Amino acid sequence: MTLLDVQNLRVTFDTETGPVEAVRGVSFSLGRERLGIVGESGSGKTMTGRAVLRLIRPPGHILADRMVFDGQDLMGASEREMRALRGKRIGMIMQDPKYSLNPVMTVSDQLTEGLRRRDGLGRRDAEAKALAALNAVQIRDPARVMEAYPHELSGGMGQRVMIAMMLIPEPDLLIADEPTSALDVTVQAEVLSILDSLVRDRGMGLIFISHDLRLVARFCDRVVVMYKGRVVEELLASNLLAAQHPYTKGLLNCLPRIGGPRGPLPGLDRTGDWAQ
Amino acid sequence: MSLIEIENLSVTFRAKGRQVRAVEGVSFKVSKGESFGLVGESGSGKSTILRAICGMAPITEGTIRIDGSVLPTPRGARFATRVQMVFQDPYASLHPRHTIDRTLSEPLAIHGLGGSDARVVRALEQVGLPAAFRFRYPHQLSGGQRQRVAIARALMLEPKIVLLDEPTSALDASVQAEVLNLLNRLRADLGLTFLMVSHDLAVIDHMCDRILVMQHGRKVEEMARDDLANARMTTAYARSLFDASADRMLGDPSGTAP
Repeated sequence: MTLLDVQNLRVTFDTETGPVEAVRGVSFSLGRERLGIVGESGSGKTMTGRAVLRLIRPPGHILADRMVFDGQDLMGASEREMRALRGKRIGMIMQDPKYSLNPVMTVSDQLTEGLRRRDGLGRRDAEAKALAALNAVQIRDPARVMEAYPHELSGGMGQRVMIAMMLIPEPDLLIADEPTSALDVTVQAEVLSILDSLVRDRGMGLIFISHDLRLVARFCDRVVVMYKGRVVEELLASNLLAAQHPYTKGLLNCLPRIGGPRGPLPGLDRTGDWAQ
Repeated sequence: MSLIEIENLSVTFRAKGRQVRAVEGVSFKVSKGESFGLVGESGSGKSTILRAICGMAPITEGTIRIDGSVLPTPRGARFATRVQMVFQDPYASLHPRHTIDRTLSEPLAIHGLGGSDARVVRALEQVGLPAAFRFRYPHQLSGGQRQRVAIARALMLEPKIVLLDEPTSALDASVQAEVLNLLNRLRADLGLTFLMVSHDLAVIDHMCDRILVMQHGRKVEEMARDDLANARMTTAYARSLFDASADRMLGDPSGTAP
């Protein structure tokens, strides 16, 4: 079943020197699976994720032939309808907990704000739900974390708090924008297994945005590779190592490997037609 | 004789009556011309060791020797001509309101060295940037270009030792490859000694001859590159880092992988 269908998505920013296209005709569809979007900085992967939630501010604007989430047309939806979707049905985990959590609110206040205002829960019920959410993302000593401010948490904890916050309304689709790039490898593995079990147990759809090809290969079902706002290749994650596109191959080859050759790492050849 | 000798180093931060022991009794030696890697998770104290060498962390115990002599406190001008550091984030480590020319010529002015014009041009050439870049500001450069400038700045005083604190973790994979290649070329051309910190085992493996694995401020295991490549680690922690390393899913490097 298709949860999200995007056809020919374009994100354009009007600047003094003319329009700049950050996303240039991206199409993909997503079921209840893990879709990876990879690319370098500036490839438009984050803009693609934000465009699905229509979170692009002027002077940027979104065009698409079709952008449908669970039968609802996202392009034609009113701002009021979008607000009903955001958070509740489509969640988004931002890259950096340091900048995305409110620095002057305790974790408890941030986690319960939505529950109390949107769902009209009382303080006690909301706090119980928030505590359960922190437990679900495997935070040890959640009672202490509830009373903490973001700066009192480590990067890994902050990221888990953000995941917990996004999971409280039990969205059908989660857009995770580099959810683990600020984390250590061992914490990274924990956060990924939390996301993984949510996809499996709850049948959630996941868009996993990352610059790390290796991570996406291990974690996702399908991978979309982007370059300069375009999709250059879409393939099954298990076939990533057999990628045909020169850009995907180049990205894989330029990574050092334990026990690999020590000569100069191959650079990325950007002279092909695809790079225009 | 070793160029860098660190013996029983401890660093303790004190704040609000609390003590944080960032580094506890760490010892290692780095020979001249060698590239030595410190690897571990955040909070393992690896960057603190680099900062302690530069005199930017409170050393509570132990000694740091360079070329056989204990480093003076404060470090003084001579230290800067021997040891320089490249930081993690090229967006934060260059002065945003100084042109590249000013950033690069400042160390020369401080040390009263002349001929800055020619030296700046040569430094830019060394790191593979066009000479015209000297009149730009950092915001006019990409992340990889900024890190090249940071490397050029570190090389202005012709140091023998370069401390590298996660020099590529803020960069894209393709740019990381270019910067790592540049660092290796400079090490060979200029006979530099590297002490490099990274959380990425594959990067450390690519760059370093010997590796020290750290956890919670303590030394866990020291090994040669061959031991890492052949998974001959003796401690469970080093093995868990090895197993979690993202490059491992790319298959056998000697095999047919991409």
